[in-house]
Amino acid sequence: MDYIGNTDADNKDMLQALGIASTEDLLKDIPQDKIIRHCLALPPAGSELEVKKQLREVAGQNASVADFSCFLGAGAYDHYIPSTVPVITKRGEFYTAYTPYQPEISQGTLQSIFEYQTMICNLTGMDVANASLYDGATALYEAIHLACEHTQRNIVLVAKAIHPEYRQVVHTYLKNSRISIKEIPFIEGLIDLAALKSQLNDQVAAVVVQQPNFFGCLEHVQQLGAMAHKQGALFVTSIYPVSLGVLQKPAEYGADIVTGEGQSLGLPVSFGGPYLGIFACRQEFMRKMPGRIVGESIDNRGQRAYVLTLQTREQHIPRERATSNICSNEALCALSACVYLSSMGAAGLKDVATASLSGAHYLAAAVARIPGWKINFKTAFFNEFVATAPGNIEALNKKLLRKNIIGGLPLKKYYPELKKSLLFCVTEKRTKAEIDTLVRILKEKN
Amino acid sequence: MEKVIFEYHSQPTSYVPAADPAAVNKHIPAEFLGAEEVTLPQTCEQDVIRHFTALSKLNYSVDNGFYPLGSCTMKYNPKVNETVADFDGLAGIHPYSPEECVQGALKIIYELESFLKEVSGFSGMTLQPAAGAHGEITGILLIKAYHQKNQPEQKRNVILVPDTAHGTNPATAALAGYQVRQVKSDNQGDIDLEDLQQNLGLDVAALMLTNPNTLGLFEKNILEISHLVHKNGALLYGDGANFNALLGLVKPAELGFDVMHFNLHKTFSTPHGGGGPGAGAVGTSKDLIPFLPVPQVIKKGKNYFWEYRQANSIGKVRSFYGNFLIAVRAYAYFLALGAEGIAKVGRQAVLNANYLMHKLAKFYPVPYHRTCMHEFVMTPHQAWSVSTLDIAKRIIDYGFHPPTIYFPLIVHEAMMIEPTETETKETMDTFIQALEQLAAEAVQNPELLKKAPLTSPVGRIDEARAGRQLILKYEKGRDTLLT
Repeated sequence: MDYIGNTDADNKDMLQALGIASTEDLLKDIPQDKIIRHCLALPPAGSELEVKKQLREVAGQNASVADFSCFLGAGAYDHYIPSTVPVITKRGEFYTAYTPYQPEISQGTLQSIFEYQTMICNLTGMDVANASLYDGATALYEAIHLACEHTQRNIVLVAKAIHPEYRQVVHTYLKNSRISIKEIPFIEGLIDLAALKSQLNDQVAAVVVQQPNFFGCLEHVQQLGAMAHKQGALFVTSIYPVSLGVLQKPAEYGADIVTGEGQSLGLPVSFGGPYLGIFACRQEFMRKMPGRIVGESIDNRGQRAYVLTLQTREQHIPRERATSNICSNEALCALSACVYLSSMGAAGLKDVATASLSGAHYLAAAVARIPGWKINFKTAFFNEFVATAPGNIEALNKKLLRKNIIGGLPLKKYYPELKKSLLFCVTEKRTKAEIDTLVRILKEKN
Repeated sequence: MEKVIFEYHSQPTSYVPAADPAAVNKHIPAEFLGAEEVTLPQTCEQDVIRHFTALSKLNYSVDNGFYPLGSCTMKYNPKVNETVADFDGLAGIHPYSPEECVQGALKIIYELESFLKEVSGFSGMTLQPAAGAHGEITGILLIKAYHQKNQPEQKRNVILVPDTAHGTNPATAALAGYQVRQVKSDNQGDIDLEDLQQNLGLDVAALMLTNPNTLGLFEKNILEISHLVHKNGALLYGDGANFNALLGLVKPAELGFDVMHFNLHKTFSTPHGGGGPGAGAVGTSKDLIPFLPVPQVIKKGKNYFWEYRQANSIGKVRSFYGNFLIAVRAYAYFLALGAEGIAKVGRQAVLNANYLMHKLAKFYPVPYHRTCMHEFVMTPHQAWSVSTLDIAKRIIDYGFHPPTIYFPLIVHEAMMIEPTETETKETMDTFIQALEQLAAEAVQNPELLKKAPLTSPVGRIDEARAGRQLILKYEKGRDTLLT
């Protein structure tokens, strides 16, 4: 099947109007020997019935959080998604529209982004938020870039307890630039304060941490922010928005730029994407922000109306002098977050955060009691923690899979020093019974 | 106009079991807890749904009607793509699940990459970039890594960009640390070969080229251009924003492109989402494969694996593996069209655009008198007192989305029109009639155009004021601009 609506007769009429015999007559500018005349090596065309069947089959080869108890987190969280979210984001008026360049017929998109910006500001305490970036990793890169531009300094101190993939992305973008990244090791799951202090001076553009960090541990952000500011450096954080249902707002601990992965706000785990890059900052940095921003104005009929604003930062106007090259962002994911937060409200978000951290602490306490198991860090944590297993963790995870449980993340690949450890995550979707089942299997001898 | 969601006040609906609030203080030390409540909407489900439904009705979309936005390829977004992307076995997979329980997902990535290679002629592929511009930076970083590896002593710090290029091209080159040098177009709308030769020094790393270019014209001298670029030791980057014109028609790798990004949300029918999520796959020649982002999916026997061992990889450009559910939609599109359907896309897009250009050229000047590819540029008559902006706004009153306006920059008052292959002659004829009538209005009643749009939910918006009196979030009790 294809989605071409013209009949052969339509095409014939069009060719006739053009005074030509065949579409091939329109292709004279193309080197003739480069035109494809053979059949491409692609599958045969499928009907909708067949396509759906094929996709159902291939989907059936994957373990879904709908059928498995998932204890994986590490930047992708299996939180409950209210029915309202897909009902709205599946409206063709939203998902088949383009970027709102014609504001008169794009108020739906524009107003929802304005509301999203408001919610992100309210959650983080920041003055301004943009319309979204690709994901938590690229948002962190953009924040580091902005911090260096603003301070005109080129050294950035990045906690090693930040998501390993975020650090890899930052490294990819910056490895040939004037900006140098120094990683600060961790002790007891938290940034090593002595190591940080020894590197922190008036040449440092930013101190960058994640809260909660990759291990789920809560960094002493108040103190870290003060240390950064004392040297004139910016304090940049990467946050887990659901945790802000209970945790302190980044503005309260002195963050200057707040980034984060917004997937937890109403987006499915989706094998890693599409996700939502959150970016918010203090007013001072507004004109250097990357990405789209929606502002309120009025129309020529005296009505409240919204438009893309501060566009002189963006690539289509100053071109090589733009603050970023971003064009398409994740608008529909921002809409998901907007509907999610509108549905949950503050009380709902607090319930999600509370149930998640309660479940994680319940599991951690139970794991700590299993002979041979050890909880690595004795620091406060949110809904993830690192535990070290007595036996072979790959074999353990295989065994769990057979019981429809996706176990914790083996950390060996990311932190060789934690080669026998796993990162466990609990969300409000995991029931006490599911956690008890996991613990029972962990207790069994291999 | 619809209220802001914060202006609703009703009893919020609960979606998860109530949690014991005492657990917070029991487990989390006070220093980490918030001093103040978060301010979020206080609204029951019914009002949430009514609010966002009301907002949706203020949007124009492909599902509403003709959307000839040039360079954006607003083709129809098949509904089966949406259905399959929601399958639990796709939307519900955790990215860190062990390989053995995500074989289906790895298969989709592997096969979609092979389909993209087949239609483009490239040997290497990554689906990691999340958008077109993200694909551009990935491609330019690949080029940088290639030069550093192969000619470490030769400092190539310039990227050439034609004056017709998308804004993302120079922005990307600058972001990757290159100087940007602009190459002129000739009076036919092609790259000026003489100017290209003058700019092609040993300091040039690459030429970023869109073909067909943003005028909708196929670069007639493409083989010569790629020859000149390669002879100089530079690489040819392809901006695949306009690849829809070539789908099933020409393989860019055979024209000499070394690396190109695809916009799955343009060419491969995945929705634009009001500004994303898109997906920007990147294809490369054999020489650039060692530098591709990690991980790559490989197949051994019947099984698929993640391969992270690539010593010369540029690293990762995004967390996890990119916008997987967008890739799923593109995969479904390939399976539906198959070899037979893909072969029709470029040709039908070209026929539709030429028909539309031919008909509209009677009422609006067309700057280049050539056959176009998938899109074309036209302008208002010089004698008219109305601007392109006025025409665009009046098009809204006729029930269509306006074309891309004031781009490319080299055509004064440009209107760039792209019908795509999915639009019918019937729809295009309605559009042609409307634009004929509008051309008459431009002469007889220009004031009507200057006041347009009259039928949209809001009229023209004071953009300067939005930039001057910045209101970037809702604040209760704050004076809005409505005083």
